[in-house]
Amino acid sequence: MLSLRDQACLVGVGETRYCRAPGSGVSELELMLDAARAAIADAGLRPGDVDGIMAPIWGGSAEDFAANLGIENLRYAAQVNMGGASAVVSLQSAAMAVAFGAARAVLVPFGWNGYSGRRVRGADLAELAQEMARFESSVGSAIRDYYVPYGLASPAQWYTLFARRHIHEFGTPPEALGAIAVACRKHAQGNARAVMRGRPMTMEDYLASPWICEPYRLLDCCLETDGAAAVVVTAADRARTLAQRPVFIAGVAEGHPYPADDFVNRPDLLTIGLTFAAPVAYEMAGLGPEDADFAQIYDCFTFEVLHQLEEAGFCRRGEGAAFVQDGAIELGGRLPINTHGGLLSQAHVGGMNHVVEAVRQLRGQAGAAQVAGARVGIVTGWGDFGDGGLAVLRSDG
Amino acid sequence: MSDAFARPLPRLAGYAAEFYAFCRRRELRFQRCSGCGRWRHVPRTLCAGCGSDAWEWARSAGTGRIHTWSVTHRPMHPAFLEVPYAVVVVELDEGPRVVTWVRDVAPAALAVGMPVAVDFEDVTDAVTLPVFRPRR
Repeated sequence: MLSLRDQACLVGVGETRYCRAPGSGVSELELMLDAARAAIADAGLRPGDVDGIMAPIWGGSAEDFAANLGIENLRYAAQVNMGGASAVVSLQSAAMAVAFGAARAVLVPFGWNGYSGRRVRGADLAELAQEMARFESSVGSAIRDYYVPYGLASPAQWYTLFARRHIHEFGTPPEALGAIAVACRKHAQGNARAVMRGRPMTMEDYLASPWICEPYRLLDCCLETDGAAAVVVTAADRARTLAQRPVFIAGVAEGHPYPADDFVNRPDLLTIGLTFAAPVAYEMAGLGPEDADFAQIYDCFTFEVLHQLEEAGFCRRGEGAAFVQDGAIELGGRLPINTHGGLLSQAHVGGMNHVVEAVRQLRGQAGAAQVAGARVGIVTGWGDFGDGGLAVLRSDG
Repeated sequence: MSDAFARPLPRLAGYAAEFYAFCRRRELRFQRCSGCGRWRHVPRTLCAGCGSDAWEWARSAGTGRIHTWSVTHRPMHPAFLEVPYAVVVVELDEGPRVVTWVRDVAPAALAVGMPVAVDFEDVTDAVTLPVFRPRR
C-alpha cells in the first residue's frame, strides 16, 4: 500500500488580527480571504497558483474563494464537516490531493466571528433556529429530539457530561484543569496576537472564577473571538522550491466516536474520535507522542485537553491530571502545549491557529515561544460530539 | 412575557413521534431488536449488532441509575433561564441511556450510580417528557 508519509507539506500560513470588542466589522468570508492571501504570499505563491480548496465548515464556499482569488481552474474542492476537527482533518484530504496530483496547491481556511456573530446565549428566535440548524447539520437530529428539550443545548453542557465521568472514575481534581488554563494563559502573554495577552492568570484566579456549567468554570472555557487563519499545502517536492522551510505532514488521520450523533449511548463516554485517529497517524508518521517536541491540543475546554492527552497516548487513561501538573505542559516543561495560548487564551479559530503555530514552531519562527530545536509537533482537532483528528508534523530544521 | 422563546420540543415525526406517543401514555418504550434481543436508543432502522431490520417497541421497567450529569449555571438557551439546573444521563436497567431530568434531588446531591425510576411530565398539550425520581 502507498504511504502518505511526508508526501505533502504545509508551505504557507496566514492569520488575521484576533479580537473581541468591538468585533471584526467584516464577514467571515472577508476574514478568511485576508488570511488566505497572507498564507499564499507566505508560501511565495500567487492566488492563481491555488487550484484546490478545502471549504470551511461555514462562512464561504469553495466557489466564493475561487471567484475572489481568481482561481480560474479549480481542480479539487472538498469539505470536511467535523466541527472543530475540520481544520486538522482537512489536511488529510489536502495531502492526498497534492500527493496524487489532483491539485498542486490546496488552500485550507477557517474563520469565525465568534464574538460579533450570533451566539446561542444572546440570540433572538431566528438566530437561535439558525444556530440549532447548524448544530443539527453537523451532529444529526438526536440532539433536537432527545437532548435540547431538556436544555442540553451547547458544547459546554455536552462535554461536562464526559468530564463528570472522568472525575468519577479517576478523581480528577479542579487543579488539573486549572493547570491547563494557567499554561495557555501564560503562553498567551508572549504571543502578539493573543486576545488574553496582558491578562495573566494564577491558579487562585482560576479556582475563583464562576461556574458556567459544572464542572466547567469560566476560565475552563475557550474564547469567542473574531478572526481567521489559513494554510496552504503542496506536494513535498514542490515545497522544497518555495519560500519557507517545508513542514512535512508526516502523519494525519480522522476518527469518529460511535455512535457519532448520540454520545450518551456510547459504551464508554471517554472513547472519542481521537482514540481511533491517533494510532493511525502515528503509524503513518513512524513517530509517536514520545517524539513530539510540542503539542497543540484543541482546547475548547480545559478538560478536553486532558482527555485528548490521554486518548492520544501522551499518558495513560486516568493519568492526565498528574501529567499536566508541575509545569510539565508549559514552555520549558516536558511537553509544552498550546504555545500560542490556544483557543483558551489566544483566539478561537477552529483550531486552525493550532496548525499555524505548529508550522511556526517547526520553521523556527515562533519567537519568544520557540521550543528550541523543535523538529516534531502534534496537532489535534476536536469537533461536535467528539469527532477528532491528529496530525504529526515535522521539519528538517 | 414573550413566548418567542417557547421551550424547544422534539420534532414529532418518524421514530421520535412513536417514542413520544408512548410517553404521552406514560410508557417508556425503546426499540428492541427481534433478531438478537438487544435494546437500543436513539431509535434506528437497523440493529447495528446483528443487522436485523425487525424490531418492536418494548416496554422498559423504567428503573435505572445515574450515569453522569452536568449543572448549568449560566443560561445556554433562552428557553432555559432558571439556573442552576441539572441535566442527567440515566442508564436504564435494560441498557439504553437517556438524557433527562432527575426531580426531587438537588444538583449537589446527585451521584453516579444513584437508583432512579421513571415518571412523566406534560410540557405542552402535545409533548410529554420522561423524567426520573430517586428510588430506594
